[in-house]
Amino acid sequence: MSAAPPLRRTSPSRASAAPARRSTIRRPQLFAAWALIVPFLIVFAAMFLVPLGYAGYLSTFTSQLVGGEVFSGLANYTRALQDPSFWAGLGRVAMFLFVQVPIMLVIALFIALALDTGRVKGGKFVRLAIFVPYAVPGVVATLMWGYLYGTDSGLIAQLFRAVGLDAPTLLSPQNILGSTMNIVSWEFIGYNMIVLYAALRSVPTEMYEAAEIDGAGAWRTAWSIKIPAIRPAIMLTIIFSVIGSFQLFNEPNLLYSIAPNAIGSDFSPNLYAYNVAFKNQDINYAAAIAFLLGFLIMIISYVVQLATARKERLS
Amino acid sequence: MTVATPSPFVSSAVPSRKEAARARGKRPVERDKRRSSVLTIILWMTLAYFLLPLVWLFLSSTKTNGDLFSTFGLWFGQTFALFDNVGQLFTFQDGIFVRWMGNTALYAITSAVGAALLATMCGYALAKYVFKGRSFVFALILGAVMVPLTALAIPTYLLFSAANLVDTPWAIILPSLVSPFGVYLIRVYAADAVDDSLIEAARIDGAGEFRIFTTIASRLLAPGIVTVLLFALVSTWNNYFLPLIMLNNPALFPATVGLAQWQQAATGGGGAQVLFSTVLTGSFVSIIPLVVAFLFLQRYWQSGLSTGGVKG
Repeated sequence: MSAAPPLRRTSPSRASAAPARRSTIRRPQLFAAWALIVPFLIVFAAMFLVPLGYAGYLSTFTSQLVGGEVFSGLANYTRALQDPSFWAGLGRVAMFLFVQVPIMLVIALFIALALDTGRVKGGKFVRLAIFVPYAVPGVVATLMWGYLYGTDSGLIAQLFRAVGLDAPTLLSPQNILGSTMNIVSWEFIGYNMIVLYAALRSVPTEMYEAAEIDGAGAWRTAWSIKIPAIRPAIMLTIIFSVIGSFQLFNEPNLLYSIAPNAIGSDFSPNLYAYNVAFKNQDINYAAAIAFLLGFLIMIISYVVQLATARKERLS
Repeated sequence: MTVATPSPFVSSAVPSRKEAARARGKRPVERDKRRSSVLTIILWMTLAYFLLPLVWLFLSSTKTNGDLFSTFGLWFGQTFALFDNVGQLFTFQDGIFVRWMGNTALYAITSAVGAALLATMCGYALAKYVFKGRSFVFALILGAVMVPLTALAIPTYLLFSAANLVDTPWAIILPSLVSPFGVYLIRVYAADAVDDSLIEAARIDGAGEFRIFTTIASRLLAPGIVTVLLFALVSTWNNYFLPLIMLNNPALFPATVGLAQWQQAATGGGGAQVLFSTVLTGSFVSIIPLVVAFLFLQRYWQSGLSTGGVKG
């Protein structure tokens, strides 16, 4: 639990240990090390680096009716940056980042902290039950919520009518973003809660025993001791949620069949790239969008890590 | 957090004595405080949000297509049609749903075993051998955790179609063999779970490096391996985007793509004539295996996850 941000923990501390050991490593060990690593690296290169490079390559071409594929440099990127559809999708993803991710993680953290106090009756059952939606495929989750949202005979509409209210139009263009956020939250609160809970269980109890003896309340202990202690785990959930938001595809693609006008073809950048590639057959432009998206995720993940690293240095 | 001398913090983070004590039902004393009824009520109320949709899904799979839309969602319909629905599900379109479930299991299990194997070998080597280029390899793999897999799917599709791999099981299995996060998890787990002095002792006894890996390390890494296996299984089992673009032949579909197609046919009301009740029964049946797997293997993935969470 050092102060370094989790995903860059390659090793300032390890570097100091390395020279001493490097001299002692023997040839069979070196051979074994590479023999164990190479199989992964081969598949990694073939399934990861090559497609990535290929996407970069493709994105610099434009296909024309006359003359076929022509090298066009960064034209696809400037086109994407001026494309309202790309920005519209990015805007919705930004809403996910600033609205859905915080809500989801705060709820997950609250539940994890509540369960960690050990004061909840049937806590073990609660923990597992909240986690269960993670095992449900996004396809099934979306399909199911789509029925629940239905304005005519969906469960939510039935419940509203039962208490004498008008049924909300959860699949309308104004509400679809919120409805999608709800599906994603339903799927992933449990997963994030388990990661945070597992981290909380590993905080040595001595760390807050003293505080409790001093009379610090449960809230105070949670805020000033437990949450700082599991910062690496919180970081992990943030970064995974950021990546997940940018990848948004399954939910809008499936909701499209029941709410085509509300979703459209550019609900998320990923859905847009898919539609550009497979419906418009414009592979080059789709590659540019995908590449740009990957680049954005790297930048944002890096900024998130940098921000937390600075906060840790200050504290 | 050096490899040679793990700090007390790090070793306490590994689910060791405390975890074992908890498994035996002995919690640390001060956690056995009085129950809080407020917290209990709040948490049990949130359960409604997480479980009611699934209860609804189960109840829906017991209803006829007509009852589905005319009866209250959280209770049984006029007729109890679960067995009719299941029969319909397994015979519809010559029983293609069974095929889909089989495909899902095949893709998921093959990918998960392969991914866990590759990740374990690589992660262990990165944790336990010091060699030139180690930091670079690890940084490369970590960077990959952040690249969205869907951004890779389109170029992968093009490469596979050039290699005639599109519309084959390989198109799903090969990309799913790469689990950068799995490597990371095993690398972190191995740093503490496999003691360096144990490896040294085995070497002095004359054991070869591969023998040490297959007999000693793999056993100590078991909880971490199960975690990677289970999560690779889930990600392939639930994958929709990759099979959607890679496969055209319905006989090769996994359940996710098949169900989505049925759903589209049902809402589109086209010639296919799929009943909503069949789609919902299929959805319910398709989630059972994973939910059961998670419940049975919880001891493993919970301790494995704590490693990934605590140290990154």
